[in-house]
Amino acid sequence: MSSDRASLGLKLAAAAGLLFMHLPLLLIFVYAFTTEEKSYQWPPPGFTLKWFAVTWNRPDVWEALSLSLRVAAISTLIAMVLGTLCAAAVSRSRFFGRETISLLVILPIALPGIITGIALRSAFNLAEIPFSFWTIVLGHATFCIVVVYNNAVARFRRTSASLIEASMDLGADSFQTFRHVILPNIATALLAGGMLAFALSFDEVIVTTFTAGQQATLPIWMLEELVRPRQRPVTNVVAMVVVLVTFLPILGAYYLTRGTESVAGQGK
Amino acid sequence: MTSAVRFSGVSRHYGAVRAVDAVDIDIAEGEFFAMLGPSGSGKTTCLRLIAGFEQPTAGRIEIFGQPAQGLPPYRRQVNTVFQDYALFPHLNVIDNVAYGLMIAGRGKAERHREAEAALEMVALPGYGGRKPSQLSGGQRQRVALARALVMRPKVLLLDEPLGALDLKLREAMQEELKALQRRLGITFVFVTHDQGEALSMADRVAVFNQGQIVQVGAPQDVYYRPQVPFVADFVGSSNVLPPALTERLTGTRRFASLRPEAVRLAADGLPAVLRSASFHGANTRAVFETEDAQIVALLPKGVEIPPEGSAVHLAWDAADLHLMTGAS
Amino acid sequence: MSWLRPASDALWRHPRLLLALLLVPPVAWLGVVYLGSLFALLAQSFFSIDEFSGLIVHEFTLKTYRELLNPANLDIILRTVTMAAVVTVAAAVIAFPIAYYAARYARGPWKAVFYLGVMLPLWSSYLVKVYSWKLILAKEGILSWLFETLHLTWLLDAYLAIPVLGGNSLSVSWTGTFLVFLYVWLPFMVLPVQASLERVPLSVIEASGDLGAAPGQTFRHVILPLALPGVIAGSIFTFSLTLGDYIIPQIIGTSRLFIGQAVYSHQGTAGNIPLAAAFAVVPIVIMGLYLWAAKRKGAFDAL
Repeated sequence: MSSDRASLGLKLAAAAGLLFMHLPLLLIFVYAFTTEEKSYQWPPPGFTLKWFAVTWNRPDVWEALSLSLRVAAISTLIAMVLGTLCAAAVSRSRFFGRETISLLVILPIALPGIITGIALRSAFNLAEIPFSFWTIVLGHATFCIVVVYNNAVARFRRTSASLIEASMDLGADSFQTFRHVILPNIATALLAGGMLAFALSFDEVIVTTFTAGQQATLPIWMLEELVRPRQRPVTNVVAMVVVLVTFLPILGAYYLTRGTESVAGQGK
Repeated sequence: MTSAVRFSGVSRHYGAVRAVDAVDIDIAEGEFFAMLGPSGSGKTTCLRLIAGFEQPTAGRIEIFGQPAQGLPPYRRQVNTVFQDYALFPHLNVIDNVAYGLMIAGRGKAERHREAEAALEMVALPGYGGRKPSQLSGGQRQRVALARALVMRPKVLLLDEPLGALDLKLREAMQEELKALQRRLGITFVFVTHDQGEALSMADRVAVFNQGQIVQVGAPQDVYYRPQVPFVADFVGSSNVLPPALTERLTGTRRFASLRPEAVRLAADGLPAVLRSASFHGANTRAVFETEDAQIVALLPKGVEIPPEGSAVHLAWDAADLHLMTGAS
Repeated sequence: MSWLRPASDALWRHPRLLLALLLVPPVAWLGVVYLGSLFALLAQSFFSIDEFSGLIVHEFTLKTYRELLNPANLDIILRTVTMAAVVTVAAAVIAFPIAYYAARYARGPWKAVFYLGVMLPLWSSYLVKVYSWKLILAKEGILSWLFETLHLTWLLDAYLAIPVLGGNSLSVSWTGTFLVFLYVWLPFMVLPVQASLERVPLSVIEASGDLGAAPGQTFRHVILPLALPGVIAGSIFTFSLTLGDYIIPQIIGTSRLFIGQAVYSHQGTAGNIPLAAAFAVVPIVIMGLYLWAAKRKGAFDAL
């Protein structure tokens, strides 16, 4: 049986599928340079770098970008702490309700974002909390926990329990063991989880529309441009920048977690 | 003599599972003590109880006369060589060995000097800069040993430390471990499922079965004078003769053990039928069927092996038939 | 620090204490803040709105649910569920060859290409992805240009003339909405399917061939059943995400509402929080049933 060779049909279908996933994104790069201002004309009548300069001088873009970066940074930090704690608890001991904890962590992304958003919004209203930077962060951290948690749980699972015992056996107490053995061993997984959480937060729009009040993160800014376009070329440029900015943490996370099996499976 | 480790009625139950059940052990200072048994017999749990990774559900553990109750592993002067070595993958060899000294707050130069000396002791000088992943299984095992020894433990626990090594390396390490223990005078507690390993290295062997110690004694005792059929079978692959047969042969109704190498073919003796024979180089392993038991014999080179199915007679020296004390 | 060791001793003696300390912060956050908000929202669906004052009446009633079940709203629910189902099926069909090739044939650097090839679109900005389709589907955009270059404009016009599916242009049609949903959620289908296919040992496939099965039969009787948990896991995402989305149909599609848009408009401009909450219950109930069924099929192992 020729099970080792892919059939032509399968190859074509796989290639077509990958192209379908990537061509629209490539288009964004072309449109960032178009000279056309009023419509989405294809092919572009000409190419220019002018809109990069225009975008650079737009304070509203800078404000939105800065807010997005700050929100993503703080949310990621919170998610990393909470996600790691949860992962440590779940992977280090068996206890009643473990499954429930996993479900609880996954729930904020398993349920449609609009539900998380509207639930938080009505809770803020009930508790009379005014919308602010922190209400955005609260929403983002909630759905970012799962990303860190997944990465950390996978690494904890691969880190042999005897490493912790060995550390304690050699005289290290729980805190020293955490500092000198656990942390170095899960660091790359945490960093990868953090990067993904950052990308997730940086891009989030659905929950944010409910928790943001008057402030605009970069995705909110883009959403407004999509619904009521003001200056299309600036949106094109911002779209391209956003793609590039989110690719970096994804590639970083990929390089941090690939090939870790050989390191963590030590001595087995 | 002082006891290095003493168990009094120690049990470790997990719900209905009795991993360790009412065990008494007394390990003398400077002794090489082996805990031998099949997997799941409780030997590793006993080791973990000494290290402090597990807590007894009943009984008392003393280490050098001090109750170990409530003492975390990092407060016990006991160190462990783990079955999977448990080397820290993020540290290089020298920092692995110096880990315990670093935790104890010793300066970098001092701890590296001591770690290097420990590496020399296990014949790995100059390997300090490598990562554990760059070492072979045997080398990792030595690093794990050096890492434990550098702490100058009062008791060294070894959990199947040779299990992952190939046969030749294992034999070489057995010699080295034995020599090291003699030289350092540290109490070694050694867990293994390999009876050859236990017999060749230990001063005393405790045989575990189903959470209990079924026999403790010098290797010769355990090998030649098993007290229960389990020990006869597990330790020496001895023939276990059922009470009925023993009664006919000796007049005493007991289980008895008979070493395969003690059995010979004779003109007169116990009637038997040869079932199968297999050639093992220096000797031939022959399986005989008697009226109420199967008897295995190791026949030396030069003995003529009759065809399978032949009726023969088996004999042995009376001193080789050992009556057991245990009931079952 | 001298107090650390005694603290460590205490934690060692009471492992449950350590567990509790680890769990309290995340459980407080998710269990109290998040679940609390969720229940507060659900509770509101049992309130109603006073038609004259527009204020919320804080009394238990099923009036809002009766309103939810009127024909116009049922129409919204039905439309959204249909879209979610169609998107899910299409995503599974397109995702399968990619996942299958990546799991069984891609080796070495190609493995990385496939992995990143799915990860990058998965993680790229949702809005940018939607935006790119606005560019593609626009009347003056690349797709119209393509049809024109191929002298097939008549075909596009004929398709757009079909009621329900078509419209003035693709960007204001049901088909456009479908394409964007499919595009945006596709990576969420590829990854779990690939994960489940990676776990099918080659020997099983060889055994099937050895027992006389043609490649097609092996696929039908061995590979497909083993990949099913992955497909179900992926469909959880595609289904759930489609049910709750309100941005895609707002930007690309007809003026007819989806559940997400209904929730959004009722809580926002209309100020009818109880009805918005009741609408929000619909995806929760559907997803609850879906997850329950998926769990019985063992789909969670493929997540």
